[in-house]
Formats: sequence, structure tokens, C-alpha cells
Amino acid sequence: MDFSDLWLTFLLTLDATLRLATPLVLAAMAGLFSERSGVVDIGLEGKMLAACFTSASVAYVTGSPWLAMFAAIGVSMVFALIHGFATITHKGDQIVSGVALNILASGLTIILGLSWFRQGGQTPSLTQEGRFLSIELPGADLLANVPVLGPLYKELLSGHNILVYLAFALVPVVWWVLYRTRFGLRLRAVGENPKAVDTAGISVNGLRYRAVLIGGVLCGIAGSYIAIAHNAAFTRDMTAGAGYIALAALIFGKWRPIGVLFACLLFGFLQSFAMRIEGVPVPGIGAIPVQLIEAVPYILTVVLLAGFIGKAIPPKAIGKPYVKER
Amino acid sequence: MSRDRKLAWINGLLLPLLNVLTAFAATAVLFLLINVNPWEAAQTLLYGAFGYSEGVGYTFYYTTNFIFTGLAVAVAFHAGLFNIGGEGQAYIGGLGAGLVVFALFPELSPLVMIPASIVGALVFGAAWAVGPGYLQAYRGSHIVITTIMFNFLAATLMVYLMSKVLLEPGQMTPQSRLFPDNAWLPFVHDVLANFGIKVDRSPLNMSILLALVVAILVWFFLWQTRWGYAIRATGRNATAATYAGINQKKIIVVTMCISGALAGLVGINELLGYHHRIIMNFHVGYGFGGIAVALMGRNHPFGIVIAALLFGILYQGGAELAFEWSNISRDIVVVMQGLVILFCGALEYMYKPWLMRWLVPVSDSAKGAA
Repeated sequence: MDFSDLWLTFLLTLDATLRLATPLVLAAMAGLFSERSGVVDIGLEGKMLAACFTSASVAYVTGSPWLAMFAAIGVSMVFALIHGFATITHKGDQIVSGVALNILASGLTIILGLSWFRQGGQTPSLTQEGRFLSIELPGADLLANVPVLGPLYKELLSGHNILVYLAFALVPVVWWVLYRTRFGLRLRAVGENPKAVDTAGISVNGLRYRAVLIGGVLCGIAGSYIAIAHNAAFTRDMTAGAGYIALAALIFGKWRPIGVLFACLLFGFLQSFAMRIEGVPVPGIGAIPVQLIEAVPYILTVVLLAGFIGKAIPPKAIGKPYVKER
Repeated sequence: MSRDRKLAWINGLLLPLLNVLTAFAATAVLFLLINVNPWEAAQTLLYGAFGYSEGVGYTFYYTTNFIFTGLAVAVAFHAGLFNIGGEGQAYIGGLGAGLVVFALFPELSPLVMIPASIVGALVFGAAWAVGPGYLQAYRGSHIVITTIMFNFLAATLMVYLMSKVLLEPGQMTPQSRLFPDNAWLPFVHDVLANFGIKVDRSPLNMSILLALVVAILVWFFLWQTRWGYAIRATGRNATAATYAGINQKKIIVVTMCISGALAGLVGINELLGYHHRIIMNFHVGYGFGGIAVALMGRNHPFGIVIAALLFGILYQGGAELAFEWSNISRDIVVVMQGLVILFCGALEYMYKPWLMRWLVPVSDSAKGAA
């Protein structure tokens, strides 16, 4: 294998990394808003799954991916509202509520899918027009023959669908909102010390509702990406734990946008690496079990949480409902 | 009635009842949405669960699993811990049960083989929970996140073991070889046949008795022993418990071990009782189902047995529903689990302000305060 082949393989692995990291980035940013405001969001998985199903259904019926995505965002926001209603208004346990939504989404998508489409809980496969298709960046073919950088541009940067670009463009925006706007300052404050925010005359519940709803929007986009951009139909439990990996990335990135982005990229890379290395013997070691590589994000998260490599300190008020003094 | 009595009735009976009814009502709405008459659906469901002896057998077979995972979740809840790792602990518990069977001589008497295998399930289930417990107690990592991670780790580990290590030679489906006869738990239909009672074959096996005994033991442990007291005290008020000389860290680790061990027993019902080999994904849904069972059963073993029976009925009845109506699948039970967790768990006190206003008027509470 010469250099250009190796380079191409490397680029293709990174290319897959971007595609696999996209839903993680979107979901982790959703979790970031929610958790920085003090509301734990175990329900990322469920919101994404509900969004997957909605987008695939609407895209099949209307043929419009944009309409599908907006519908998915709507449904995901409804789930977020339920979470908010249970945990913010009624001060219910945030984890119990999130688990409920995950289980609810997992069952509801199948029951409704079966009733509407009669395909064993799947949605019918989409034609190209119902999906978000990959976009060739200008000049990709022209530059393809330029050594080293040509393939980099063509294989890695060009040829993704719009949601991939959106997801990565979102990260600096999230950073800016969180650290450079009044809303962001208040959001972070409410996750650290809600009493102080309340004393300043700002509604704790209002802020938390807004944060949870933003999470709903982002999970809606993430689910649409999985169902109608990365795939072309809804299948049972198709998020396959992406919500939990996003949660892990959120912790691994210590609840900071840039750190979370890199955690998502790392976890995405591990997934694409696991796919590529499947069955390929490594010199001196033999074939590495794919499962071992797949397990790395979970192991890393456990190790990090245990404080063995740095310390992940969550927002101080996370998980605690705010009870206003009377 | 005095204010305190009223409050006890509201919290102990009225609220839980209203919550369960809300979950059921929401399910009925879902049935209407998919053009199924909820009343007919309920009848089909009950017929499937109790209408014929094979159905009854399945109902109790599923109930057994839910008792184990419901107890597992409840024990952790009593210490203030939320163990969502039941899935993984059940899976690994089954692995432990199977590995013990394979490690022993196949000719060994069932009287040794089966208890040894049960111990295997307990130990492996506990082993999968002790890590998260230790990390919570001594390193401050959140039990919910670590148990979720351990669920995934269990799944990946089992995929590896089943496809590479335990795979029966010449088999395509990832499953181990069959257990020797001596490791099979007797089926209830065989046992009853010995007494001249004839019932249809079903997967129901003697694990159901184990489940009931374990439920009683858990009750005894939690309410009649020093350890149980320490666990409940830690859950109610960790600071006070510490001042009372209870080692909170130790309690967390011990509680998680017990919780994991209980979840591991699912492997006994599934593998020793029915499949008679280690298979993939025998545990799926029971760990999460246990959360609904524990919440619905108010974390009390008696309530859990009742709630587990309800979910057993739903599980088996759901299969009947899927058989009768082409547009329903058993996933309706998953939806109900979600609704029960939502209304009995997260929205537990949704009706409380309303009930208080209605049943305990302000004049009453003024009197109570005076």
C-alpha cells in the first residue's frame, strides 16, 4: 500500500467519523443546554428516536425533507415539554422522567408505525427526493487530482449533506450563545445557583423551560439526520444508543461546547475505526475484537467520571428541582 | 378525619391509584388513535393472559422476571440510588448461571448443580453492579450514568463472548451449547403432572417459587434487619444516617451488590428455566420494566409482586393482542411501561395540589397547624 492509498483510507475513516459524529454533536449540544440549566437529560435518546420516526413518516408522505425535519423538531419539542412539565413544573425526578420518555418513544414509534404503514414497525423506504442528499462543494472534482490536499477536500470536506455542515457550524454558535450573550450567562447561572438568579428577579423555570426546548429542537434535527439523511427509513430503535453516547460525550467534554465537540469526534472516530478494522488483523496482535473498540467510549466515560483522568465537574444545581422559598 | 389521616390516605392510596389510572387512560387514547376499541383490546388481553392454561403459564413466567428486576430496582431506590443497570446485570447474571453450569460435571446432582448456578447468577449480577456502586460511593461518579455505560458494556461483552467464545461449534445463531439435563429447573407443568394435575406446556418453571421466596426475603431484609434499616435510613436522609454511625459508602456498595444480584436472577428463570442454554438478548426490556414495576409497586415487595403480575399479564396479553390485530404489536406494553414510569414516577405528585385543595381545605390545614 503506497502513501496515497493510505492517505485515502485515512481520509475515508475521517469522513465516516464526521458522518457518525453529526448526530452525537447535535444531541450533545441539546444535552448541553439542558444540563447547563440544571436539568438532567437522559431523554436525548427518546427525543431523537421520536424525531427519527416523525421525520421518516412525514418525508414519506410529503416527499419534503425540510417539512419532515420541522415536524420532527415539533414532536421532539413536545417530548421536551413533557420532560419540562414533569421536572420543572412538578419537580419530578429528572432521571425517572427521562427514562420514561425513552421507553415511551421506543414503544410508541413501533405501535404508530405498525398502524400507519403495516411494515412491521418500519417506515417505507424513502426515494431520493424525501432525503437530505450530499452536497458537492464547488470545485471538488476539479481539485481531486491535486496531491494530498485534493482528496482531503473532495473526500473529507465535500460530499456531506447539509445537516452535517449545520451540526459543526452550530458548535461555535452554541459557544457564543453560552458565553457571550445575556441568555447564556443566565442559563449557566441557573445551572449553578438558581437562587441567585431568582433573587435577581429572573424566572428560573422560564429559563429552564427555554433550555429544555432548545434541546428539543436540536434532538429533532439529530433524529432527522439519522432517519432521512444518514438512512432512508425508520427502523426499530434505530438511534441504537446514540443518545447515551452523546450524554457520555457531554460528560467527557465537561459540559463545554468545544470539549464536547472533540469528545463527539473521538467517539465518532472510534465507531468508524471499529467498522474499518473489523476482521483486519493488526500486525503483532492479530484481529482486535470490534466490540472492544466499540466499548471504548463507555469505558472512557466511566474512567473519566471516576476522576482518574481529570475531573468532570457537573453544573452545581444539576438534577435538583428549584423550590422557591415562600 | 384528621388532617394527618387524610394526608396518609391521599399519599398512600389516592395518588398512586389516580396515577395508574392516568397511565391506563393514556393507553386507551392510544388504542383509539390506532382504531382499536380499548374495551375489546382489554378483553383480548385478559383472555390471552388467563383464558387458557398455556397463556396462564406464560403470564406467570414473565411475572417471574418482573419480580426479580422490580425488587432489584426497589432495593436500590430504598438507599436513594437509581439503578438503571438492571438490563446489564440481568444479562451478566445469566452468563454467570451458564458458566457455572458449564464448569461443573454434567453428572452432578441437580441438588448441587442448580443452587450452584443460582449462586453464579447472584455473584455475576452483583459483580456487574459493584463497579458502579463503588464508583458512586468512593469516587463520586453518578450511578445513573455508570450503570447506563455498564449496560452497553454488558451488551458488547456478550456479543463478543457469544460470537467468539461460547458459540456452539457448527452453529450460525450465536448461542451456547445446551445445558446438561441436571441443570434444568423443573417446569411447573411437569411438577403438576406428578400430582395428577394436567396443564398445558409452558415455559413457567420453578423460578416463580424462587421469586416469591426472594420477595419475602427482601421484605424481611429491608424491614427486619439492621442492614435493611441502614439502607432505608441512608435513602431517607444520608446525613442523619451518617450521624447515626451508618457508613454511607459501605451501604451504597452493599445495596448495589444486592440490587445487581436480584437482577441477575432473571438469568435463572430464562436460561435454567426455559432456554437451557446461554442465548443473546434474553434479558431485553426486563431491566427497564423493573423500574416501572418498582414505581408502581411503591418499592414494597408485596406491591412489586402485584405490579409484576400486572406487567406479566400485559406482556402475555400483548402477545395475544398482536395475534388478533395485525396493527398492534407487543410494543404496546413498552408504551405502557413508559406511561407508568412517567405518571407513577416523574409526575407522581401531579394531582397532589389539586387533591389537597379539594380534600384538605385551607381551614383544615390551619386547624392542623394550630
